[in-house]
Amino acid sequence: MTGPDQPAAEIQPVTASAGGTLESSYGVEQHGLFGVKGSGDTSGFGGLVREPLTPKASERPYGGYFDELVDALIAAYPPATTAIRTVVVDRGELTLYIEREHVATMAQVLRDDPSLRFELLSSVSGVDYLGSANRLHAVYHLTSMTYRRRIRLEVSLTVDDPHVPSLTATYPTADWQERETWDMFGIIFDGHPGLTRILMPDDWDGHPQRKDYPLGGIAVQYKGATIPPPDERRAYR
Amino acid sequence: MSSTSYVPSRDTTEGRVYNVTGGDWDAVIGGDPISDERIVLNMGPQHPSTHGVLRLVLELEGETVTDCRVVVGYLHTGIEKNTEYRTWTQGVTFLTRADYLAPFFNESVYCMGVEKLLGIDIPDRARLIRIMLMELNRISSHWVWLATGGMELGALTAMTNGFRARERILDVFEMITGLRMNHAFIRPGGIVQDLPVGAIEKVRDLIKETRTEIDGVDKLLRGQAIWVRRLKDVGWIGVEGCLALGVTGPILRAAGLPWDLRKTEPYLGYDEFDFEVPTDDRGDSWSRFVVKVAEMRESLKIVEQVLDRLEPGPIMVDDPKIGWPAQLALGPDGMGNSLAHVQKIMNTSMESLIHHFKLVTEGFRVPAGQVYSTVESPRGELGAHVVSDGGTRPYRVHFREPSFINLQSTAALSVGGLIADVIASVASIDPVMGGCDR
Repeated sequence: MTGPDQPAAEIQPVTASAGGTLESSYGVEQHGLFGVKGSGDTSGFGGLVREPLTPKASERPYGGYFDELVDALIAAYPPATTAIRTVVVDRGELTLYIEREHVATMAQVLRDDPSLRFELLSSVSGVDYLGSANRLHAVYHLTSMTYRRRIRLEVSLTVDDPHVPSLTATYPTADWQERETWDMFGIIFDGHPGLTRILMPDDWDGHPQRKDYPLGGIAVQYKGATIPPPDERRAYR
Repeated sequence: MSSTSYVPSRDTTEGRVYNVTGGDWDAVIGGDPISDERIVLNMGPQHPSTHGVLRLVLELEGETVTDCRVVVGYLHTGIEKNTEYRTWTQGVTFLTRADYLAPFFNESVYCMGVEKLLGIDIPDRARLIRIMLMELNRISSHWVWLATGGMELGALTAMTNGFRARERILDVFEMITGLRMNHAFIRPGGIVQDLPVGAIEKVRDLIKETRTEIDGVDKLLRGQAIWVRRLKDVGWIGVEGCLALGVTGPILRAAGLPWDLRKTEPYLGYDEFDFEVPTDDRGDSWSRFVVKVAEMRESLKIVEQVLDRLEPGPIMVDDPKIGWPAQLALGPDGMGNSLAHVQKIMNTSMESLIHHFKLVTEGFRVPAGQVYSTVESPRGELGAHVVSDGGTRPYRVHFREPSFINLQSTAALSVGGLIADVIASVASIDPVMGGCDR
């Protein structure tokens, strides 16, 4: 990443603000969005700064069915009052940021309680917010076919302790999806019957969809010019 | 083994000579003759009946499957990771290649996610053209399922007729988008270019032809004794099993639950259209055949209604920061071109040139946040979890791929049945490994 080509946007870890919840900011503050700095910057892009992602906690009323849903969840699962860290309603979607030890128990309640009835676990995936303290996020999308509702659960984990309870006991469909999330992000789902790689070869090193895992690729020569691989090209961010 | 009655031997000058009279197997192994005939059979990843590079590890007792493990990942190409290094518009080019039999669904679901993040609505014409392309795509995808599934069970006419009918649909795709597959035709904000002259007539002809083809294949197979007996009571799964395993789409509807996102969570204005959600109650491979054939007819109905509603208008959102400035048209080389626009940016307006250059190289920024958008693909719920950090590139795109999820039901469908029925069961799941492995 050094040489005549300027490095891509600098990644600076965000220092967790004192006493703030871990979701108060994730992602990174980025500088130099065109990858130029110093006197070489004639574009003006070098001065641009992008704030880290900050999901804003929503206040009641959340609107739509969200209030009813959150009330029903707290009624059916009293620990939810402390298990739910933040409620975010954004673009018509409800996200609950929850404490990891409650994921499996809460999922069971979400599935079984007559006022909730989330029969289908649509999706399990991960997101890596490199630079923040709890950078690994496990994201669950649940669907209630009875009430035609959707909800997103999100758990944030550190790289050093990426453990989260598995949902396979409640939703067998989580089996492969958790294996994929382990494979790609290195999130360990405790209680999974066989947490092995699924898309990458069994003896692969590393977790490819983490943000600090390089994309790979080789430079290509075309008419005398050398074009670097996509992750090393100078680019707008 | 002692020299017992069934292998008497005698010594000769040439050496010992055995006279094999046939096996008394009870004496050899005692008890159940096939009790330890446990065979582990590797099916795939290179096997014509596994729909691409799917590998099944089957445990057999005689011809009965006692265990089944599914190995996937042979076609993993890092599509999700690659999109993180391209602009939002370029992302379509990668994602269309995921489920290669349903490219328009991949493009749509991703673009719907990006549009939700941007908070924009697309023009009516673009919306209708998307619906038309998706429904035609559903038919072409079901044709491949019928053709390959038929071929695997020995119905070769279903294969030849199915691929012939699919090729007609791909001809129309080629006329409209320039490509048979992997179109990258749908973009955040609308579609790349308007329908070419004559496209609507061609689609109308296609509807007639396709209806005849469906009738023909339906007539050929529905009463065909071998076809019926290969599919009926094979690969059963009920609604509870489907929900536990996350299985959606035709498999769930064949088990009796009319769950179709076009009806239950209408997107792109599907609620304006008059169509049915076919279901069946047997939950076996036969039901899936019945449901899919009925779905093809329903899709034709939707395409007809789209053609009736299609009115001239813009096909890209009216926002010069998102939509490319050129009014592109399909050129003879199959590429989108606009000579008038080239004339303008090269000769008269430098600002237009700068703007065009910035939009193409830099792209547009999408406000930070995350959304989950869904469409009903030919195989079930196709979801896109799209995350933006506010930049010009997707921060993360995850596809909830129905092929990937549905394949988890392989063991439930095939264990306890005969090995020959594994083929019918896997065919009825209709997995596409490009989508499964991404």
